Amino acid sequence: MKRFRGFIKKEFFHIYRDKRSLFILFGMPIVQIMLFGFAITNEINNVNIAILDHSKDATTQEIITKIEASNYFSIQESIPNEAAIENSFKKGIIKAVLIFENDFSKKLGKDNNATVQIIADATDPNTANTISNYINAILKNYQHELNKAVKIPYQIIPKTRMVFNPELKGVFMFVPGVMTIILMLVSAMMTSISITREKELGTMEVLLVSPLKPILVIVGKVVPYIFLSIINATIIILLSIFVFKMPLQGSLFLLALESVLFIITSLSLGILISTIANSQQTAMMISLMALMLPTILLSGFIFPITSMPTILQVISNVIPAKWFIIILKGIMLKGVGISFVWKETIILIGMTLFFIALSVKKYKIRLE
Amino acid sequence: MTKETVIHVKNLTKKFDDFKAVDSISFEVKKGEIFGFLGANGAGKTTSMKMLIGISKPTTGLATVAGFDVYKNTEDIKKNIGYMSQNFALYNDLTIKENITFFGGIYGLSRKEIKEKTALLIEELNLQKVSKKLVGSLPLGWKQKLSFSVALLHNPAIIFLDEPTGGVDPITRRQFWEMIYKTANQGTTIFVTTHYMDEAEYCDRVSIMVKGKIEALDTPKNLKNKFNAETMNEVFIKLARE
Repeated sequence: MKRFRGFIKKEFFHIYRDKRSLFILFGMPIVQIMLFGFAITNEINNVNIAILDHSKDATTQEIITKIEASNYFSIQESIPNEAAIENSFKKGIIKAVLIFENDFSKKLGKDNNATVQIIADATDPNTANTISNYINAILKNYQHELNKAVKIPYQIIPKTRMVFNPELKGVFMFVPGVMTIILMLVSAMMTSISITREKELGTMEVLLVSPLKPILVIVGKVVPYIFLSIINATIIILLSIFVFKMPLQGSLFLLALESVLFIITSLSLGILISTIANSQQTAMMISLMALMLPTILLSGFIFPITSMPTILQVISNVIPAKWFIIILKGIMLKGVGISFVWKETIILIGMTLFFIALSVKKYKIRLE
Repeated sequence: MTKETVIHVKNLTKKFDDFKAVDSISFEVKKGEIFGFLGANGAGKTTSMKMLIGISKPTTGLATVAGFDVYKNTEDIKKNIGYMSQNFALYNDLTIKENITFFGGIYGLSRKEIKEKTALLIEELNLQKVSKKLVGSLPLGWKQKLSFSVALLHNPAIIFLDEPTGGVDPITRRQFWEMIYKTANQGTTIFVTTHYMDEAEYCDRVSIMVKGKIEALDTPKNLKNKFNAETMNEVFIKLARE
């Protein structure tokens, strides 16, 4: 046990003295969570739009006021005619143009029918879609107010209620994803690099010739990273709760346990990588290409799994991050207990055991 | 008076698939002997050494190191041998003292022993001024001597040196061999591989491996007589050419 403590102490010296890895360990999680939290979001806010109003009557004025009052849009200019639209887009300030047809008010009163055209800048299709949805919603709302006075015999009014994330905050979706990615990065990449570094320097050989058991050598390399990953997970959860006001509906204890489980899953992947790779560079490449990319793309972090082609949906099942994200969202947003996430938990445990067994086998072959 | 045998190897063989990396080698090494283990690159030196230090299992054959079997008692072997690799593998981002403490620690030395050894070692190697500096900042020659001393921390019966003088200048090599003699005189057996034939002359006995087999094994003097050569270099070239 005393030998083991010396080993771990040495490991902390390595981490502490390598400023670069220190930055990856603690700088990156904070930077990433801030980036994803503040910069990358699906919501729109104060989007610049222009108005081309052919009728300029009371109704159009009322609608424009409503749009302006919504805070989602800010009306930048009033365009005189169709010919000026393109020029206006080219300046790059406005994202959409709203066109009211001639005699808007009159037509609405006479035919019960008037047209608003929305032209959106679709260079960014997601934003364009969101803009058009938001404007539609405002128009519907206005229509609904008009109809209040008039009794229509049949009417379907959909009332959508967004549960678990009522304000549709993008950050709630990103936090579990970012946390997963960071834990994966720190645990898998950093351990595989630190183990292959010993191989590269030749110290691994010296350690294997020492009376220290090979399994202890590996455990000794891994323990510091478990510790650091737990600190990281704590920082991320605190940031998400206090900076981004993300709720923690479920049990903190369960959240901690599941996080430790996922950290161990990632570490076992890191060990597996280090049994394959012989240099730090290879270890880093494998971690990035084989772990990070699929984790980002296929875990449901950015792209919803249900809208993927079937083949990718099947592949996504072998990505550990997918299951952890489900667990995280369940605990933090829905407040569910273990009885709802036991299946995902067992899958993660199974994956971990599989990775460890595979590493042990690879490791033995190398020693033979 | 015959000295006791500390390494005993009989028909030791290591196969990788169909390739015989080590082909039925046999030899004995006595206590306190400096045993030179020579061979061209790829002749099977490293593989043989790995079997003796317990990190590679032989395919067939017998071997005991410090009285322990290489199949069953690798743990005991590891406790009783020291090993210095060709990379002088110390941690560059630890100080001299931290390196000594770490390696002493994994060999199970007590805190008191480590403290005493550290003080002794630093004085012997004249490292007082740099003992708190990172090993990475030391010249190669110093690293090599330090690495050798660290491998001896736990007073092993045998020390295995894998090309210990690679890339070091002649004066430092000379000093290093003085350290080796001193250690051998204290009763520690030295098992050393090298590429420098002048170093082979310093050994008590030398074995030369060619293509997995030991083709010659004797004192440098006898080998030179046998092959009618002036230097070990000639002996080596004559053997390797065959």
